[in-house]
Amino acid sequence: MALRVIDLCCQRSGRPVLDALGFDLADGEALILRGPNGVGKSTLLRALAGLLPVASGSAQLDGVILNENPDAWAELIAYAGHLDAIKSQLTLRENLAFWSAVFGGSMRAVAEALAAFGLEALTDRPAHACSAGQKRRLGLARLMLAERRLWLLDEPTVSLDAEATARFAALVRAHCAGGGMALIASHVDLGLGAAADLTLRPPTAGAQTRDPFLVGSFG
Amino acid sequence: MNAAAAVLRRELRLALRSGGGAGLGVAFFLIVVVLVPFGVGPDGDVLAQVAPGVLWIAALLACQLSLDRLFQADAEDGALDILALSPLPLEALVALKALAHWLTTGLPLVLAAPALAVTLSLPEAAYPWLVASLAIGTPGLSFLGAIGASVTVGIRRGGLLLSILVLPLYIPSLIFGTRIIARATEGADPLPALLLLSGLSLGIIAAAPFAAAAALRVNLR
Repeated sequence: MALRVIDLCCQRSGRPVLDALGFDLADGEALILRGPNGVGKSTLLRALAGLLPVASGSAQLDGVILNENPDAWAELIAYAGHLDAIKSQLTLRENLAFWSAVFGGSMRAVAEALAAFGLEALTDRPAHACSAGQKRRLGLARLMLAERRLWLLDEPTVSLDAEATARFAALVRAHCAGGGMALIASHVDLGLGAAADLTLRPPTAGAQTRDPFLVGSFG
Repeated sequence: MNAAAAVLRRELRLALRSGGGAGLGVAFFLIVVVLVPFGVGPDGDVLAQVAPGVLWIAALLACQLSLDRLFQADAEDGALDILALSPLPLEALVALKALAHWLTTGLPLVLAAPALAVTLSLPEAAYPWLVASLAIGTPGLSFLGAIGASVTVGIRRGGLLLSILVLPLYIPSLIFGTRIIARATEGADPLPALLLLSGLSLGIIAAAPFAAAAALRVNLR
């Protein structure tokens, strides 16, 4: 198994959000995270990115254990959250060239990433003059700058039009066809075909009162 | 190396483009110092006596102005998350951002200070020492400020809190920095104070990136 998540528990401000979550993801597979708002999809993605501490349980990716070797883990994943990590004062090309330099990519990779999302005509436009969908496309183009095994995507298609969504789905399929993996939180049908769904559920009532300071204090 | 150069280039570019606020610090410095003769009176001896303190305090305040955006802008648009996952260590990121802050805020103060010293009737002999004290002291202000900026990164309108946290930490730099100029004005040897300020600044520059990176890691959660 390329990614194995075992009994993962996470907390947000002392409140349990994920309760003993476990699943496996094989090479070339994509998994769509489903579930109502606030159920912990973003928390799971941030925890697997190494940005949030894990309360208990573990995750393993290609033999690397989460939070044991953060540098090796970061080399394996690419994270795209709700925010696009774009500076509005810089042009689209400057934005992407910066991330390319940080992740050790080339200028050719920048041009290819811009082309893959249909942004060639906008490269010299400042990001503040771009629409939300165009900025989202630029944020997703960052994924193409460096080879990463596992893509962690938090509602990637928000504000994308149908054509851009299709381009993005093709890109995820190509990433998976190359042996990569993707974990995608989404409420819409991405048209990824073979991708499996994982529906998250809120923690059970027993898990809610685990904090000894809060037991019995709220009725 | 490539990544470090890219971060520095981006920081400078953002500071110099519209809304970056690179010129704000030096403009504030100019105004505060020019106001002093109106408040204190035109007596040259009195002005010369308060000049080292006025120039240094104005420099401290000017350094504060743009500090609150040091990490906050990147935290708000999600760039800090991505940078934390990048091959570039957070300590290096802090050092580069503090360096860019000094280049766009501290360095202009150093260059503007001699012209302003004229309005405060600072004796000529003290000019080289004024420039030296600010050139050596202000990098320490930017790096110390980076610690405060990283602690307050998650707080909306954390700018005032940042000032309250950081300004007291500037006291040692202020004491040695003003002593250098005051001793040069009196005709005494300013070198001991200069060496103490150098040691202080180097110590801050060495330690601040680790402290600020630790605070950023906590705030990322």
